[in-house]
Amino acid sequence: MSEPSSVLVVGASAAGLATVESLRRGGYRGTVTVVGEEEHAPYDRPPLSKQVLSGNWESDRSRLRTESALVETGAEFVLADPAVRLDPADRTVHTASGRTLRAEAVVLATGLRPKRLPGRDAAGVHVLRTLDDSLRLRAELSRARNVVVVGDGVLGSEIAATARDMESDVTLVGPQAAPMADQLGPRVAGMLGELHAERGVRLRSRAGVEALQADHGRVTGVRLETGETLPADAVVVAIGAAPATDWLADSGLRLDDGVVCDSRCRAAAGVYAVGDVARWHHEGLDQSMRLENRTNATEQARAVAANLLGADRPYAPVPHFWTDQFDAKIQVHGVPHPESEVTVVEGDPAERRFVARYARRGAPVAVLGWNRPKQVRARRQEVVETFSVPALEPS
Amino acid sequence: MKVTVDQESCVASGQCVMTAADVFDQRDEDGIVELLEDQPTEDRAEDVRQAAALCPARAIRVEGQSGFVR
Ligand SMILES: Cc1cc2nc3c(=O)[nH]c(=O)nc-3n(C[C@H](O)[C@H](O)[C@H](O)COP(=O)(O)OP(=O)(O)OC[C@H]3O[C@@H](n4cnc5c(N)ncnc54)[C@H](O)[C@@H]3O)c2cc1C
Ligand code: SF4
Repeated sequence: MSEPSSVLVVGASAAGLATVESLRRGGYRGTVTVVGEEEHAPYDRPPLSKQVLSGNWESDRSRLRTESALVETGAEFVLADPAVRLDPADRTVHTASGRTLRAEAVVLATGLRPKRLPGRDAAGVHVLRTLDDSLRLRAELSRARNVVVVGDGVLGSEIAATARDMESDVTLVGPQAAPMADQLGPRVAGMLGELHAERGVRLRSRAGVEALQADHGRVTGVRLETGETLPADAVVVAIGAAPATDWLADSGLRLDDGVVCDSRCRAAAGVYAVGDVARWHHEGLDQSMRLENRTNATEQARAVAANLLGADRPYAPVPHFWTDQFDAKIQVHGVPHPESEVTVVEGDPAERRFVARYARRGAPVAVLGWNRPKQVRARRQEVVETFSVPALEPS
Repeated sequence: MKVTVDQESCVASGQCVMTAADVFDQRDEDGIVELLEDQPTEDRAEDVRQAAALCPARAIRVEGQSGFVR
């Protein structure tokens, strides 16, 4: 496809904004419109479980761009008006307020929606995805005595750490053997569990939650499958999130845990997906992939913008994410399969400063740094080949 | 062009170094960004802007025009 005369981006957050900026940096002069559900100007999510939640940052500091930088993009931002329907054939988007927007290319960047526990939410039950969620939870944490975090993935573990730093009494409940075990493997997750325990987080590992208990509409506890009840005056449900594709149900696009795209991040002619909502084919790994991390939002946006401008290149990144919990800064390049062999290649785990390499069947799949950001970045090179697209055989 | 970095916001991701290793470095201790060159030459402008765009902490500021073609 030659360069589209107009581009419509649905979702005004990290991936959507990065798409706009990459288009402009790539020299694109066409009309750009961004539709967003939230009323806020684009803001960043990682601080929402860290500096914004703890109160160390005012919420304004999470803004992605100043007003003047947004104006400079020359894009029109239509905020507080969610898209409700897409017709991919003529790339028309209808919004909740009744707008009809048409463009030559549409980029879907609607991210995720947090999953909830079944049943009606009582007061004191929280999820964390948006700035408003974070501010509500912050207010609650400042007065709550017993906080239970349900879900021991990256988000639940971060929230537990931040809440504990705010002096709440915190219990982290989840199905895994240790926090983030599915993501980091048993060895490093075990160390993370030790850190949490040392700092006073009560860990309930391998625990299933049966129900939340409430009294007069206010949460009072979390009942586990064992029958035990953990008292709680605040509960954070961090059991994962699902791609925000409900509004695309009748679009005819293929949806399967995300908007299904080819290796160019293209879902249909003139329709692309980017960020947490996009499931695309990673040619280097020859597998379907969807990433939920901040670096991917920017890097995939760059790839989508280039393809919109005619590059026709596969998106085959080395995934990268970081998490900050207590004083641990953990950074990962690659995908640390939980069954990998893990070797410490630098530093000393006992000192909580080290770099570990993850390998499967002899091939390096990830490097992980624990308070070793510079050193792990320098070793990213070791996994690049695993993710790169094989060069075409000369014919 | 003039570049500044905000070490307080930096999350030590190293994106900037991967993009422009002659302009940015990271401290050995904690990986926080260090500026090697605060007035990069024009031929480095593209990479430096790219680094600022990729920085997940918005810790890199580039003064001068945004680099957008309008
Ligand atoms: C609390 C928290 C902490 C995190 N911490 C880290 C971290 O430490 N490191 C890391 O790598 N990653 C982290 N992440 C993940 C990272 O923030 C995401 O990967 C990133 O935000 C994805 O960007 P996105 O633009 O694809 O999606 P989102 O940021 O979810 O943005 C999607 C936007 O689309 C809007 N939208 C949804 N439906 C519609 C519709 N129908 N019409 C219009 N607009 C719509 C939404 O309201 C939202 O504003 C964190 C995420 C959260 C929530
Ligand atoms: S890219 Fe940004 S956050 Fe990462 S090291 Fe450089 S300045 Fe720090």
